[in-house]
Amino acid sequence: MSDFPFLLAMIAVPAVGAAAVTALPKGREQTARQLSLGVSLVVLLLAVLATIAFDVGGERFQLTTSVSWIPDFGVDFALGVDGIALVMLLLIGVLVPVVVVASWREEPTGRRSMRAFWAWLLLLESLMVGVFAATDVFLFYVFFEAMLVPMYFLIGSFGGPRRQYAAVKFFLYSLVGGLVMLAAVIGLYVVSANELGEGTFAFDALRQVEIDPGVQKLLFLGFFVAFAIKAPLVPFHTWLPDSGAEAPIGGAVLLVGVLDKVGTFGFIRYCLPLFPDASRELAPYVLVLAVAGILYAALLAMGQSDMKRLVSYTSIAHFGFIALGIFAFTTEATTGAVLYMVNHGIATGLLFLVVGMLIARGGSRLVGDYGGVAAQAPLLAGVFLVAGLASLALPGTNSFVSEFLVLIGSFPTRPVFTVLATVGIVLAALYVLLLYQRTMHGPPRGVLLEPAPEAPAPTTGGGGGATAATATLEAPAAAPARLRVRDLSRRELAVAAPMVALVIALGVYPQPLIDLIEPAVAATMSDVGADPAGVSPEAPVEGTD
Amino acid sequence: MIEAPDLSLAALAPLLFVFGAACVGVLVEAFAPRDVRHPVQVAIALVGTLGGLVTSLLLAGERQVTAGGALAVDGPAVFLEATIAGLGALSLLLFAERSLDPARSAFVAAAAVPAGSPRDRELMTAPRVQTEVYPLATFAIGGMMLFVAANDLLVMFVALEVLSLPLYLISGLARRRRLLSQEAAVKYFLLGAFASAFFLYGLALVYGATGSIRLSAIREASAGEAGGGVLLVLGLALLVVGLLFKASVAPFHAWTPDVYQGAPTPVTAFMAACTKVAAFGAILRLLYVAFGTSEWTWRPLVYGIAIVSMVVGAVLGLTQTDLKRMLAYSSIAHAGFLLTGVLGYGSGPDGTGSGLGPTMFYLLAYGLTTIGAFAVLTLVRDGDGEATHLSQWAGLGRRSTLTAAVMALFLLALAGIPLTSGFTGKFAVFRAAIDDGAWPLVLVALLASAVAAFFYLRVIVLMYFSEPAVDGPTVGVPGLPTTLVLAVTVTATVVLGVVPGAVLDLAEGAARFVG
Repeated sequence: MSDFPFLLAMIAVPAVGAAAVTALPKGREQTARQLSLGVSLVVLLLAVLATIAFDVGGERFQLTTSVSWIPDFGVDFALGVDGIALVMLLLIGVLVPVVVVASWREEPTGRRSMRAFWAWLLLLESLMVGVFAATDVFLFYVFFEAMLVPMYFLIGSFGGPRRQYAAVKFFLYSLVGGLVMLAAVIGLYVVSANELGEGTFAFDALRQVEIDPGVQKLLFLGFFVAFAIKAPLVPFHTWLPDSGAEAPIGGAVLLVGVLDKVGTFGFIRYCLPLFPDASRELAPYVLVLAVAGILYAALLAMGQSDMKRLVSYTSIAHFGFIALGIFAFTTEATTGAVLYMVNHGIATGLLFLVVGMLIARGGSRLVGDYGGVAAQAPLLAGVFLVAGLASLALPGTNSFVSEFLVLIGSFPTRPVFTVLATVGIVLAALYVLLLYQRTMHGPPRGVLLEPAPEAPAPTTGGGGGATAATATLEAPAAAPARLRVRDLSRRELAVAAPMVALVIALGVYPQPLIDLIEPAVAATMSDVGADPAGVSPEAPVEGTD
Repeated sequence: MIEAPDLSLAALAPLLFVFGAACVGVLVEAFAPRDVRHPVQVAIALVGTLGGLVTSLLLAGERQVTAGGALAVDGPAVFLEATIAGLGALSLLLFAERSLDPARSAFVAAAAVPAGSPRDRELMTAPRVQTEVYPLATFAIGGMMLFVAANDLLVMFVALEVLSLPLYLISGLARRRRLLSQEAAVKYFLLGAFASAFFLYGLALVYGATGSIRLSAIREASAGEAGGGVLLVLGLALLVVGLLFKASVAPFHAWTPDVYQGAPTPVTAFMAACTKVAAFGAILRLLYVAFGTSEWTWRPLVYGIAIVSMVVGAVLGLTQTDLKRMLAYSSIAHAGFLLTGVLGYGSGPDGTGSGLGPTMFYLLAYGLTTIGAFAVLTLVRDGDGEATHLSQWAGLGRRSTLTAAVMALFLLALAGIPLTSGFTGKFAVFRAAIDDGAWPLVLVALLASAVAAFFYLRVIVLMYFSEPAVDGPTVGVPGLPTTLVLAVTVTATVVLGVVPGAVLDLAEGAARFVG
């Protein structure tokens, strides 16, 4: 069973699916949707089977496949997963079908065909799997960069009013980071050629290479910049609110849920094991960025009037937590960080989805255009609340476990940073609850108000994030205001239900995931030379924000 | 008693094929009746270039110096000859396209008729087509192939002129916007004449310093002289300037945007691809063979010029609103990237510079992509000929999905996105440069790539994410020749990106100079 090339299949199936969708004749929108759903479910199934085939106590990298690809560069098409990559593949497997169903009624802007949307989505899935499954640094880089293209088209072709700006900004930020990483990738190859006699890109071989500390620092920075842009950490973050706000909801979910995780995944997989000395030396600076991000993004989130931008800023704050967990160098904190990556994908994904459902009803992205929705649409409000509480890491939701692990694991080595980070939890409660209160409770107001009887206007549209924010704010002068809003449809329930279930289930019983993650994290910690018991050899306190 | 120089005809077969075809073409022009000339000329030119391609492929692995030591037939010469012949054949196919322009050709019917005169207006609509371009272009191709094989400076100079003169002429032959085209030709000619003069002066100085024009003899002489000598260094500098001009490397690039814009688009494609290959072939041979032992003399020069070229190309490219000019600046930036590869000299033993194979691969990949990009430009037209202004490309993705997709592929390849040939090439040259310790240069190159990516992306944004203009251009249905060119270039761009192994091997295997 474990001989089956799961990873190859998980890359190939969506890629073939994308080609098939492209090849469909014009007008077969329904077929395209169904095909996409089918393909994404197959990938989910493969991910689950791969998890079953994965031996938790076994080798570090399993389900490996390796084919020589470009022998002149010493590049292999080498795939394999450790526990960390595997949980990310599971996350992809879950999120993509959910996104497909959530985008079911997505209408194209202009005269574009939605077939392109489905094709790009499936291609993106294929490349996302590849980026987590690659065990060859060159191959990783190729997937890392190629992944930009489908996302670029998803934002640019199907996004909101400022989609061109957002798409180009997204692409250029990521490309610059990627190119700096490319220099480091080549540098790594050259270093390995000097050390081993023959250059290699294989992760396992590179791990053995002893690199001079000065060179290590340069290479670390090359990788770090790319990942910090991707993740995003604070000074490199400005592209995310734009992209998150302008992307179609499905794209936004995958963007913050999976794509950005490549950054934090890259810290764990590449920065720490390959450049242990540099990682230890530079960790305090990274932690400054992480904690600054937690606080700064939380404050900005509170100030947002656009719901999608707000959710994007909350993500930046969460990425601060993840980075804190990773660079605290304890098994506990890093396990928490990896778990956080999964949980954030689910919690923030759900929050994006439910915000998208609200926007689909009102056609506006502004917080101020909604109010009192809970009275008319209790299910919608309920899901909104669950998503919100999961985002602020309430005990009993999935995020709590991971946030707690990060904080408790970081405290022994980095008490000051950890204490500062906990302030972020309070801020998170503020921005989430304020958002919920303003939109769901209070007097009915905003774009969903029932229009005066003589001038009926359609207020419920399926435009998703694509329709422009055309808010008409005049309220009827007389008569008690009523909202006209329908509650969740069956399709929307099908989107929300599995996500809510995961929020609760992983909040109550996260052990299976932790079991998967922990050995890989422990191996990484031993690579980086940190004491897994939790006491760092370094002086614990350095500059703070 | 005079000994006849040794001459291996077999080793010269590619050159003989191409020059032979050019000479036959001239005769056809003189004797064949006008109505059969076009197909005959196209056939002869294609047979010549494809013959050159096939024979040079057959010569793979050959290593000898022939024609009295004037010509080198070695790996790089054969690889680049094949590249030039192949790219030349593709360009000739673009020349031969007759179904796009309502006037049946991209070339003016009678170049000597003054632009705007009554006779000129008459000819605009006449079915008569120009056929002299085929032998002219074939001569240029032959000159280029000779250029990369030249083993002494004088032959190199002769080749330089053989390739340049026809190019000056055919740049001025555009059927539409004739004055612009003629201006481009004059500009190219004047600046090109300067560059030739530089080259010739450098040749004289080097001869004065070393007493020989043979590359291997120069190598020995310069190795013996510890300081290199002022004359030698000065001569080298002048020679390099002459070559960099042809390769359109900044700061010797001033002609490039104007000529690229003014010349008929098939000619621009030809120049962008083939001239670049030829010029870099000569640069590589000159620097590696003649001055390989005195690397310190040219290294700082090339280092600086590479940076200037990348920065100038990328930054000025941002401000362009015309696609042909934009691609011209892109070609200047790419020339800088290529120089990065040239700098990867030295780590390999006995002249097998590690930068040589990657640079040759880059030349092939870039040539194919750029010909493809210009071929797409010939498709998008309005009533006034090709629509090359950026704003006219808005919403092209909606008008013609396939054309836009093909163009997007070429642009991504030029930007160096993985899984395209552009990435493989960039990776190869950057690796060679870092290997040689030139990592600051590579960092600059990567930043320049990021800047350049912006203007490539801008075109994609326009094509896909903008609403089409009401009276926008139409996308012509290409005839067989252009379709063939697009098919070949698209395939090559993808294959060299996804499975480049075989061609990389070929380039690496060919990367050994003789002499």
